[in-house]
Amino acid sequence: MITGFLLNGFDTRARIVVAILVAIALLVPAANLYLPADHPLHVPTYAVTLMGKYFAYALLALAVDLVWGYCGILSLGHGAFFALGGYAMGMYLMRQIGTRGVYADPILPDFMVFLNWKELPWFWYGFDMFWFAALMVLLVPGALAFVFGWFAFRSRVTGVYLSIITQALTYALLLAFFRNDMGFGGNNGLTDFKDILGYNVQADTTRATLFALTVLFLALAFFIASAIARSKLGKVLVGVRDAESRTRFLGYRVENYKLFVWTLSAMMAGVAGALYVPQVGIINPSEFAPANSIEAVIWVAVGGRGTLIGPIVGAVAVNFGKTWFTGVLPELWLFALGALFIVVTLFLPKGIVGTVQAFWANRRRPATPAALAAEPAE
Amino acid sequence: MRYFSVLITALWLMLSAVAAPAATVIADADLTRLVNQLGVGGFDEADAAIGSLAATGDGRVSAILDALGEGDLFVRKTDKAVVKAEAAGREFKLTDPVTGADLGTAPKAAVEKIRVNNRLRRTIAAAVGTLTLRSDDPAVRRSAAEAVMKSKDAAAIPALDAAIAAETDERIKVVMVAARAAAVLESDLPEADKLAAIETIGDLGGRDALAMLASYTGANGAVGEAARKASTSIESSLLLWDAAQNITYGLSLGSVLLLAAIGLAITFGVMGVINMAHGEMVMIGAYVTFVVQEVIRTSAPDLFDYSLLIALPLAFLVSGGVGVLIERSVIRWLYGRPLETLLATWGVSLMLQQAVRTIFGAQNREVGNPSWMSGSFTVGELAVTWSRLWIIVFALVVFAGLMLVLKRTPFGLQTRAVTQNRQMASAMGIRTPWVDAFTFGLGSGIAGIAGVALSQIDNVSPNLGQGYIIDSFMVVVFGGVGNLWGTLVGAMTLGIANKLLEPYAGAVLGKILLLVFIILFIQKRPRGLFALKGRAIEA
Repeated sequence: MITGFLLNGFDTRARIVVAILVAIALLVPAANLYLPADHPLHVPTYAVTLMGKYFAYALLALAVDLVWGYCGILSLGHGAFFALGGYAMGMYLMRQIGTRGVYADPILPDFMVFLNWKELPWFWYGFDMFWFAALMVLLVPGALAFVFGWFAFRSRVTGVYLSIITQALTYALLLAFFRNDMGFGGNNGLTDFKDILGYNVQADTTRATLFALTVLFLALAFFIASAIARSKLGKVLVGVRDAESRTRFLGYRVENYKLFVWTLSAMMAGVAGALYVPQVGIINPSEFAPANSIEAVIWVAVGGRGTLIGPIVGAVAVNFGKTWFTGVLPELWLFALGALFIVVTLFLPKGIVGTVQAFWANRRRPATPAALAAEPAE
Repeated sequence: MRYFSVLITALWLMLSAVAAPAATVIADADLTRLVNQLGVGGFDEADAAIGSLAATGDGRVSAILDALGEGDLFVRKTDKAVVKAEAAGREFKLTDPVTGADLGTAPKAAVEKIRVNNRLRRTIAAAVGTLTLRSDDPAVRRSAAEAVMKSKDAAAIPALDAAIAAETDERIKVVMVAARAAAVLESDLPEADKLAAIETIGDLGGRDALAMLASYTGANGAVGEAARKASTSIESSLLLWDAAQNITYGLSLGSVLLLAAIGLAITFGVMGVINMAHGEMVMIGAYVTFVVQEVIRTSAPDLFDYSLLIALPLAFLVSGGVGVLIERSVIRWLYGRPLETLLATWGVSLMLQQAVRTIFGAQNREVGNPSWMSGSFTVGELAVTWSRLWIIVFALVVFAGLMLVLKRTPFGLQTRAVTQNRQMASAMGIRTPWVDAFTFGLGSGIAGIAGVALSQIDNVSPNLGQGYIIDSFMVVVFGGVGNLWGTLVGAMTLGIANKLLEPYAGAVLGKILLLVFIILFIQKRPRGLFALKGRAIEA
C-alpha cells in the first residue's frame, strides 16, 4: 500500500522535476570541482554556496506551500521551525569545534566559557553525535509543531487568527533566543564552525557535497509532497482548504489531517534549516524574526501556491533577485520586495507557475470544470 | 455662616502659627563675650565655647560658626578680641563677627588665625545643624532636621527636643521627630528610649526608615527585635507600594498598547482587514511630530510647548490620508481575502519603511518633550512621570472620542451598518465603498495620533512601527475582535500583567510568558475575551 502511495506520487511531472533536481545536485558540484577555474562552465565555490542557500530556502518554501497551498493554513511562523532545525545542526557543529575554540575548552563552547558556565546544560547533551543532532533536526520542530497544532486545530483556530498566533510563536522564540541565559549563544548565535563529520566546512569538496545534499533533500521532499498531494489524503487536505466546515460535516476529522501535514511541514522546514546552517556558517536569533517567515510566504506566493514546483521557482527567483538587488541597488530592494507582495497578490494570485499552468490548461481544453477546481480558494 | 467663621479662625490660627518667631535674641555684648571665648586656649576650650555659643540659640551664631569652620576668624593680638578677617592685598580687612561693623585693616602679623581640627569641624557642623533647627525659614529648618537624620548626632537631641516643642509646621515636625529617633538610636540613652525611637521610625515607613533601621536589625536584645519587627512591617508596606508602582507602569504600558492597537481594532476588528502596515501609520505619525518640531525650532521657537498639539491633527490627517490611499489602491481589491490582504499590506509596510528611511535616514530622530511632559512627581512611595500620566490620559481620551464617533455620529452608524451587513447597508443607500475608505482612514489616522504620543517615549526610527505591530495584534485578538471595550480591557490587562511579571521573570521572559499565555488563551477562546455573540460562522 505504501509502495502504491509512493508510486502514485511519481507521475510524469514529478519524475521530470526530481530528475532535474538530481541533475543539478550532480552537475553543479562537478562543474565546481572538476572543471578548471578558467573553463566557461566552471562554477565558483561562492556561487555553489549561494545556490545551496537558495535551495535550502526552496525547501522551506515547499514546506510552507504544503500547509498553505494544500491545506489553507497560512503560517507566518515557519521561520521558527527552520531556525530550530538550524540550531540543532549548529549545536552539533559547535560541539565539533572542541579545543580549537578561542578558550580551548574541550566540552564547553566558547560563549559558555565566556559566560562563566561550569558545565554543559542538559539540553546540549548528545549533540556531539551526528545521528542525535540529525534526529533532533526532525524531532524538535516536529514536536513543537505537534503540540502547537494539537492545541490550535483542536480548538478550531483558523484563518488570520492562526496566522497571527504563529507569528507570535516565532516572535516569542526570537525574544527567548536573544537571551544569553537560554544557553544558545544569545544574539551572537552559534558560529565559527570548524568541521562536519570530520570534514572541514570551508573546504570546496564539503561545500559541494552540502550543496548536493541540499538539492537531493529538496528532491526527496518534493517527492513526498507530490505523493501526498496526489493521494486521497491530499484530496481531503484540499477539501479542508476550500471548505473546512463541509469537510468536517462529511465526517473527516479535519484537525487530524491538518495536524499531520502541519507537523510534516515543520519537519521539512527543520531539515531546510539544518542544511542552511553549515553552508552560511552561522545561526542566530534573527532567523526567528517574523519578517523572515513572511518572506518565505511571498516566495510561495510568487512561485504559485498550490503547485509544488511553484515554491521552488519562487524561492530561487526571489532570492536571486534579492542578491542581485542588494548588490546593485541596496536602497531599492525593500521597495522591490514590497511591490512584489502587492503585485503578486493583486495581479498574479496564482503565482508564476500557477499562471503558466492555467495558460497551458486553457490551450489544451478550454475551461473544463477540472481546471476551475484547481484554483486555490481562501 | 458658622462654617465660614470656623474657616476664618482656622486660617487666622495658621497664619499666626507661621508668623511666630522660632529663634531667640540676646544682647550683642553677651554674644561678643562668648565669641571672644573662641580665641582663648586650645581645641578643648574652643569646643566648649562653641557649645555655649550654640546654647544661646541666637540667629547670628550659625553665621559666626560657619566663618570659624571656613577659617575666617582670627584673634587680634592687641586685645585678644575675635575678629572676622578677609585678605585685602597685604593686609587684612577686619569686621566684627557679631555686629558686622567695620574694624579697619590690620597687618597680617597683628592677627592670629583660630585653628580648627576635624573634631571641631564636626562640633561646628552639629552646632550649626542644631541652630538652624530654630531658623525662621521653614526650608532651612527642614534641611537642618534632615542633616541630623543623616549624621545621627546624639548631641543634637536636646536641640531637637526644643525645636520639636517650638515647631508649628506639622510636616517639618515629622522630619524632626524622625531625626530625633535616628539620633536616639545612635546615642547611649536607655533601652526604653530606643524602643520608642524604633516605633517612631517604624510608623514613619518608607525606604529611608528601612535604611535607618537596617543597622539595628542585627542587634541583640529588645532593640534588635523591635528593629526587626519594624523592618518587616515596613517591608510589607513597601511591597504594596511596589505593586502599586508596577501597576502604574502597567497602566502606562497598557495605554501605549491601547493607543497602538485601537486603530487596528477598527481596521481589523470592525472592518476585518488585516493591516500589517498599521505600525507604519504609527511611525508616520511620529515623523509628523518630528517635522512639526523641526519647523517650530527654526521658525517659531516660542511655540515649542504647543508642538504636540499642533502635530496631533496633522498626524491624523497625514496618516489617515495615507490610509485612504492604501485602501483605495490596494485593499479594496482584496475584501474577503484576508490572508492576501495580510501579504499585500505587509508589502505596503516594507515600502513605507523604506520610503521613510530614504527621506529621513535610518538613524533615530530626536523628538523633544515639551516642558509640561517632562519631570515627575511622587505620591507616597510612588514616582509618576508626567509623560506617563499624560499618555494614560491621552489614550483614554482617544478611546472615548472614538467611541463617541462610532456610537453617536451618522458616520459611525453607517460604519456599524456596513460592518454588520454589507448588502443590506448598501440596499439602504449607504455608499459602502466610501464608508470603507473613511473607516480605514479613521483607523489609520488614530494610529498617526498614537505615533505622536509614542514619539515622546520611544525612538523615532523607521522601525518604530515594527515593534508595536505584533503587540497590537495580540491586544486586539486577546480583547476580542470587533469590540472596542475588549481592546481597552485587553490592552490594560496585558500592560499590567507584563509589568507585574517583569520583576520576577525579567523583561524579556515576562513578555515571552505573556505571548505563550495569549497563544494558549486563543486556543481556549478563539474569539477573544469579549467575543461577539451570534451565530456567525466562518465560511
